[in-house]
Amino acid sequence: MAAPLTLLVIVAVTIRAALYRSSLADVISERVEVVSPLTAWKRVVEGLALLDLGVSPYSGDVFHETPLIIYLFHFLVDYAEITFMLADVITAVCLYMAVKDYNKQVFRKQKYALEADRYPLDCLELIRSPKEMYYIPLKVAMFYLLNPFTILSCVAKSTCGLNNAVISLFILFTIKGNVLLSAIFLSLATYQSIYPLTLSAAALLYLMQRQYIPVNLQRWSFWWFVAQYSFMYLGSLFVIVCLSFFLLGSWDYLPSVYGFILSVPDLTPNIGLFWYFFAEMFEHFRLFFLCVFQINVFFYTVPLSIKLKDHPVFLIFMQLAVISIFKSYPTVGDISLYMAFLPVWSHLHRFLRNIFLVSCVLLACSALFPVLWHLWIYAGSANSNFYYAITLLFNVAQILLVSDYFYAFLRREHHLSYGLYLKRKDGSEATLVLK
Amino acid sequence: MAAHRCSHSALLLILCSSWVFSVAGSQETTPTGDHHAYVVDNPQTVTETAEQTAEQPAVVEEERRWEATEVEEATPDEVATDKQDTSAPDTVVHSSVPPPKDDFQEELVIRPLHSGDIYASFQFRTLWETDFLRGNKVSHYRLFPKSLGQVISKFSVRELHISFTQGYWRTMQWGQPFLPSPPGAELWVWFQDSVTDVDGTWKELTNVLSGIFCASLNFIDSTNTVQPSASFKPLGVGNETDHRFLRYATLPREIVCTENLTPWKKLLPCGSKAGLAVLLKSEKLFHSSFHSQAVHIRPVCKDWQCTTTSWELRQTLNVVFDLHTPGQGKREWSLFKMFSRTLTEACPLASSSKIYIDITDDPQGEQFEVSPATHLLSQAMVLGDRRTFSVYDLTQQITFGTVRSLNLLIRWKSSEGDMLRPLLHAERYVAGYGLQTGEIHTLMYNNHPYRSFPVLLLESVPWYLRLYIHTLTVTSKGKDNKPSYIHYEPSKDRLRPHLLEMLVQLPPNSVTEVTVQFERALLKWTEYTPDPNHGFYVGSSVISSLVPSIVAMNTNSTREQPLFSSFFPCKEESSYFMRVYTEPLLVNLPTPDFSMPYNVICLTCTVVAVGYGSLYNLLTRSFQIEEPSPGLAKRIANIIRKMRGVPPL
Repeated sequence: MAAPLTLLVIVAVTIRAALYRSSLADVISERVEVVSPLTAWKRVVEGLALLDLGVSPYSGDVFHETPLIIYLFHFLVDYAEITFMLADVITAVCLYMAVKDYNKQVFRKQKYALEADRYPLDCLELIRSPKEMYYIPLKVAMFYLLNPFTILSCVAKSTCGLNNAVISLFILFTIKGNVLLSAIFLSLATYQSIYPLTLSAAALLYLMQRQYIPVNLQRWSFWWFVAQYSFMYLGSLFVIVCLSFFLLGSWDYLPSVYGFILSVPDLTPNIGLFWYFFAEMFEHFRLFFLCVFQINVFFYTVPLSIKLKDHPVFLIFMQLAVISIFKSYPTVGDISLYMAFLPVWSHLHRFLRNIFLVSCVLLACSALFPVLWHLWIYAGSANSNFYYAITLLFNVAQILLVSDYFYAFLRREHHLSYGLYLKRKDGSEATLVLK
Repeated sequence: MAAHRCSHSALLLILCSSWVFSVAGSQETTPTGDHHAYVVDNPQTVTETAEQTAEQPAVVEEERRWEATEVEEATPDEVATDKQDTSAPDTVVHSSVPPPKDDFQEELVIRPLHSGDIYASFQFRTLWETDFLRGNKVSHYRLFPKSLGQVISKFSVRELHISFTQGYWRTMQWGQPFLPSPPGAELWVWFQDSVTDVDGTWKELTNVLSGIFCASLNFIDSTNTVQPSASFKPLGVGNETDHRFLRYATLPREIVCTENLTPWKKLLPCGSKAGLAVLLKSEKLFHSSFHSQAVHIRPVCKDWQCTTTSWELRQTLNVVFDLHTPGQGKREWSLFKMFSRTLTEACPLASSSKIYIDITDDPQGEQFEVSPATHLLSQAMVLGDRRTFSVYDLTQQITFGTVRSLNLLIRWKSSEGDMLRPLLHAERYVAGYGLQTGEIHTLMYNNHPYRSFPVLLLESVPWYLRLYIHTLTVTSKGKDNKPSYIHYEPSKDRLRPHLLEMLVQLPPNSVTEVTVQFERALLKWTEYTPDPNHGFYVGSSVISSLVPSIVAMNTNSTREQPLFSSFFPCKEESSYFMRVYTEPLLVNLPTPDFSMPYNVICLTCTVVAVGYGSLYNLLTRSFQIEEPSPGLAKRIANIIRKMRGVPPL
């Protein structure tokens, strides 16, 4: 399996290297879909230039990266292309290994369940075969590395790629069961962009499942584990935050990075829901809606964790998707991370209801983004509403995609416990509905 | 150490120059005919000494060297100050008679421009020997306007410079103005170092000035105020240069009109009733290519020993009339034609009241003819150039002649004549297309044939054009020209603008191009002006420089100089201070659709609700087998059967 992965990595790196050398790189790095004020490479360079001038990068409102990123690129600015390609490769390899491990566990669990005769008889077609699962890790790596969104993001040198690498490392160590490294990488991801905080619930569930700790609020062992994990998580977060303080000698970065993420002062168009909404918002409702929209991202954690407490990896997928849809400055790089997980759920395809429609909409929107942007910004023949309409449609499609997968997952679980061909009382074929 | 020396040299400089000019002034007003004979040689030596004292050791870093040169900047200004004095023997009079506590002078300079336009510059100067700030409340005002006096004492202002300008000064066609000003309104203030809350005081001051001048100065807030570190130094006495007490703001969009002129005229002791101010009729003044009115308040030395200071209020009004209409063929202008008024008297309160006509370009009377002819000529160094003026003293009855009114008339004889290119001029534009990014280009021209000189460029760009300082390039003659000093303050959204100051050396006979890229921000819909697609103004960039003098450039001197005086390069007035403002920029920003806040709120909330709803559905409900609901007829039948007590269908 290593050979195809190596080949894939070589192909992916070649594509990126070729694009870096082409004139497209400059065009791509200016695209608002690919870079946000938080992740734009131009702003990283600006931060470094400000540092060279002896001005704190956080004294202005251009630079919003964390101090560790400055520190990283202080040394690596000349090797930025390699860094970003490496970040993509790390992400892909981590996801590859994580999914491989996860599939092993899934298969083992399935075997135990089969041995214990826990599945209804007619569910045999839902049982996953090793043959089908064999190529899934490679597909995941391929979905990440060859996804046009990832390539664009990498060519634009969006620091989103680095965040993705950190998150994928976190996923890898969680799935490998390494509690300490999981907590450290989660805190690093949180430090980079607050939102991965919601992944902690999934990590806890997974690690507990792995260590056979029952998820029971009355049990002492549960709370002990939660305390351990939070201690490691908060401890490493504290260390990173203090390290950043000592790097620059001031706390300026806190409002400039996290305040900027949470209060959304920069209304540069992107593929998210925030920019136009807050550009058109009535001033006295701004704070209220800001709270509503930001809570919205974190809000789904609790009910999703309860519903999916036996399937933490699917929970991670759901959380990543929710974050990338509802975060304040989303880019296509965020989308590519959760899209890389789609091959893992390929066994759900028979229950998906509107995957064709959704993929058409996503493709059409991706093509229309640059077109309508051009019409608005350069040609002047359209206005902001056109671009806004496409962002709306794009987000609706993403929501439908995610909820479709969620539905399919729940339905499969239902079938696995109640049988695939359900009958009504009178013996006729039944249809399942949500009630 | 260095600062200490600076202060000394500045003091020395002021002392020397005021002494020299009081001496020179007594000599210079000469009868017509032999005005060539008196060549003022004294300033030469003085400036030399000043330069020697102001010169810093080579090891002193660049920034400090600039400050040192900035001190010198006072020299040309003092020259300008004393220029008015030089022509009149006033200074001599003052030294003999005990001077009154306050003093008012008025003057009008008229300069025919090579483009055929007429440049008229009014200056009204009120000097008051008093101290607003040292505890004792000043309540008795004579010539000094009370409204401004109260402003100075209440807000502890040390220097105040405010200008309102309509139109853009075309340096390449018109040469240098006496007092440059950017289009729109400009305000810069030095506060006393006793002020603790400078920003609060500044805010209050702008609001008060807004009321005094009927202008929208109240729109000056933190988003367009900067604290330049080097470009604006105090012009009056005092060596405090801590830029924390300086505030500078421009409103490039401000439109200047009658309602600004009327309060400005009211500050004059004679109002618009007598003296030169009767010429200031707004319907004529605003029918011009360029109009600029300004108020400058600063402390100046009272006497040459500078033991006490007095306050100087200088009101200036510059106007360029476009009188030359090509179709008419006949080119002549007169006071009456320009201002629809003639002069009948000087302001009775004025100690001096004069009209100067710049006849430097026409010493033989070939190009134009001035009538009535005057017997008085005056020479002065203006902006590094030696100029000759005809003087009309309005305090003398003879000036008005028999008709009891003075109507100056200039008749052009020939239209040719070439102007010496200004040594320094600048222009600016925005490059790029689309509403996403752009690039500001500032071009600075050094037209001096063999000398390079440093300039200080100040750019203050609003926050909604996000500058990327790493894209800053400075090139001259195709080569990278690294600024020796850069002061950059990045913007804060909705709080403060970008401030970029740099010291660039302009090579001789070159164009230096400064480019910096920016990104246009999308604003909240309430932050746009009522006409958002008109664009947003970016104030002029300010170029301050010590420019080598034109006189020093003059190698084949037409003057008959003794040979022993002309071997070494002429150091006379070797450089003079000059400030050039570029054009303001008009930049379009992307706009949201202003008509649909409700729609956007509804639609976005719908999408969020779709997400919430679908997840809520899946989270709270469970799968169940659908039992087909019986049809309506069957249900009704069942109800009836139930009533009848029969088992349902």
